[in-house]
Amino acid sequence: MNRFDPRRILLTLAAPAMAIVFAFIITSLVLLAAGDPIGETWRTILDVGSQPRSISLIVNSATVFYFSALAVAIGFRMNLFNIGVDGQYRLGVFTGALVGGAISLPRPLHILVIVLVAMVVSALWAGIAGILKVTRGVSEVISTIMLNFIATGLIAYFLRRVAVPVAGSNNIGTEPLPASGRVGGLSLIPDSPLQIYGFIVVAVLAGVGYSVLLNRTRFGFDLRATGSSETAAVASGVNVKRMIVISMLLSGAVAGLVGMPVLLGEAYSYSLAFPAGLGFTGIAIALLGRNHPVGIAIGALLWAYLDVSGNPLQILVGVSSEIVTIMQGVIVLSVVVAYELVRRYRISQEQRRVARQLDEAAGPSEPREPQGVGV
Amino acid sequence: MHAIVGENGAGKSTLMKILYGMQRPDEGSIAVNGRTVTFSSPSDAIEAGVGMVHQHFMLADNFTVLENVVLGSEPRKGGWLDHAEARRRIEEISSNYGLDAEPDTLVEELGVGDRQRIEILKVLYRGARILILDEPTAVLVPQEVDELFDNLRELKAEGLTVIFISHKLDEVLRVADEITVIRRGTTVGTVVPAETNARALAELMVGSELPSPETRESTVTDQPMLTVSGLTLRTAAGRAVLEDIGFTIHKGEVLGIAGVEGNGQGELVEAIMGMRRGDTGEVRLGDRDISGWHTRERREAGIAYIPEDRHRHALLLEAPLWENRILGHQTQEPNVKGPWIDRKGARRDTQRIVDQYDVRTPSIDVFASALSGGNQQKLIVGREMSGEPVVLIAAHPTRGVDVGAQAAIWDYIRTARREGLAVLLISADLDELIGLSDTVKVILRGRFVADVDPANVTPEDLGSAMTGAGAKE
Repeated sequence: MNRFDPRRILLTLAAPAMAIVFAFIITSLVLLAAGDPIGETWRTILDVGSQPRSISLIVNSATVFYFSALAVAIGFRMNLFNIGVDGQYRLGVFTGALVGGAISLPRPLHILVIVLVAMVVSALWAGIAGILKVTRGVSEVISTIMLNFIATGLIAYFLRRVAVPVAGSNNIGTEPLPASGRVGGLSLIPDSPLQIYGFIVVAVLAGVGYSVLLNRTRFGFDLRATGSSETAAVASGVNVKRMIVISMLLSGAVAGLVGMPVLLGEAYSYSLAFPAGLGFTGIAIALLGRNHPVGIAIGALLWAYLDVSGNPLQILVGVSSEIVTIMQGVIVLSVVVAYELVRRYRISQEQRRVARQLDEAAGPSEPREPQGVGV
Repeated sequence: MHAIVGENGAGKSTLMKILYGMQRPDEGSIAVNGRTVTFSSPSDAIEAGVGMVHQHFMLADNFTVLENVVLGSEPRKGGWLDHAEARRRIEEISSNYGLDAEPDTLVEELGVGDRQRIEILKVLYRGARILILDEPTAVLVPQEVDELFDNLRELKAEGLTVIFISHKLDEVLRVADEITVIRRGTTVGTVVPAETNARALAELMVGSELPSPETRESTVTDQPMLTVSGLTLRTAAGRAVLEDIGFTIHKGEVLGIAGVEGNGQGELVEAIMGMRRGDTGEVRLGDRDISGWHTRERREAGIAYIPEDRHRHALLLEAPLWENRILGHQTQEPNVKGPWIDRKGARRDTQRIVDQYDVRTPSIDVFASALSGGNQQKLIVGREMSGEPVVLIAAHPTRGVDVGAQAAIWDYIRTARREGLAVLLISADLDELIGLSDTVKVILRGRFVADVDPANVTPEDLGSAMTGAGAKE
């Protein structure tokens, strides 16, 4: 058993650590080039972590990011690039808000209906891309991007028809959810004026469910097999077409949860001001977290941290908050490169280690040569 | 002409990589024409006049011979490809060495033997005086091998040096002037062909007695296990890849299929496994028609499958061995319990396979990519023999496997056959095919063209039948 081999763990951590250091250097260079105060910028960014209010903000946006990244990761594990999480969650949350505002049910049931409607709508929207791929061979990258645009159009169109003015602004939104359709917050962070979304519990459950599904079930095995070698999966009897459709539906269903923490815990209606673009953030975080449920959680927290630190930068130091976006971008790029380097290093290391151990164990036995990968 | 022989894993390929600058040696030196050299990349090797013909051809199908040859070192005239100059040089080399290449033919129209000549031409075009050929005969039928050897003799006559890597001893003995045997990474001897024979050479190579693929008594019964009839498969363009293929394999029978690669064997296997649907025809397992079944149902019904390309079809390279044990048997004991993966059961059974089939690995948690080819193959064979299969589809089961593992795999197949397994064996190793099979059919351009009795046929006769040159029986 070497599942908890310390060297493996060290290698796993090496890549993100390298990426963060690299991002730190690049960002500092950008600050230097722009003539902004480097030391003060970093101090402000670090300070964010010690303020209870900021911590609450970070945890809340990380919760939202987590769902989004999880949805993307399901596709990634099967080599499916669901770029359409963005359109899927917005369509889902819009429909959920619409239905939730129109019906009245007792409390747990009301919430359940909203969540289910959002998940089903998002799943079906993603399913379109899956069906197109297996029947017509349309790349899911293209179709999901297109479906994002269509979703944007559909929501804008229907919002005009059903919207009510949002009190105290010229914003428009769906009918607000009654109290029975709202999820209360949790006071998890001491001394913080803000509560944490109650939906964080669902995020934790989703992470556990994802891990169990992929690692412990037959379905998960088929999914991972298809992702790591489609040819081998076909030869082993996996019905790849069916898997594509099911994975897209599953990915979409999780995408349906992305908008829920905000809808049920804060906004209570879908308006023009509802956060958009979360699906794309999810792609970056899934890459950062390497599709691992814990990795994604850490990635989501890091991303949220940087997001939240943008504000004080602007106010206190006078540095444009876009510096944070630059840093996020550099992290993602370097992490992808670093993971690939570590992956190759690990494979060649393992081949060497196995050869060495066998030589030691067997002495003058059958000779062997390490096989190149993918040759 | 110098030959280097050694079983798989003896270090032949590594040696070649070092000679061609693809890998750096830890110690030692290489001298070309008495001058010590260090190669840090293949281009250094080419500069020193060393050229390599790889086992797997590196040609662009949709380019002409001329374009393929000049690719990467094009003669230029003012920034444009100088076709006239390229043609002149190719024709010159071609006639000097008797390679008879036609510069304007598309590579996709060429056969395997022709392609190999183009590879040689490519190397000569780059000014090589020392040619390294890595297992050049692995993909050729006997007649093509003869042609290749004629070409090589021509090269030798013109003063070139040829280094020839192989594990086919009879070939080596025929062409080489000197033979170096390596085993486990060291030179165990250098001999001249006149003073040795295949058997002595083989024993030098293996360091022990030689196995042989022969099966002794027949175990064929009259109970049909796998029946294929009228199987036809066409490409989108309507060309028949398989045409009216039919055969029956009985319990305890090994049916061998001989043929030059690319004559429909791969498609036949995929059709039987349900990975590709035949246009017409029927596949029956026992007395059940399984034509409409999905691959998984066929596997569950007891069809085991050893694919031709283990990296593409039989393994998840970046997954531990025990997960690879599950692959292909995702719905069967002891790997799963209902919808759940049974980790304990799968791990225990992987350990059993590792012990029983002598898979050399420090642990069942290492990635499949960390094992040598032979050990990967033993794991696959062990896995496919699990769960009491009734039919085994084995495509090149010992390809790229060292002699020890090869003998073991033959043993497993023989044992299983004695216990009533029906085997479809596809192999390019004619000795293996003749030695293991009860019946041999020859496939050519998607059709069976001959039935051969393995008891009284030579590899040469079989080779003729495979190219369509021999008389049909």
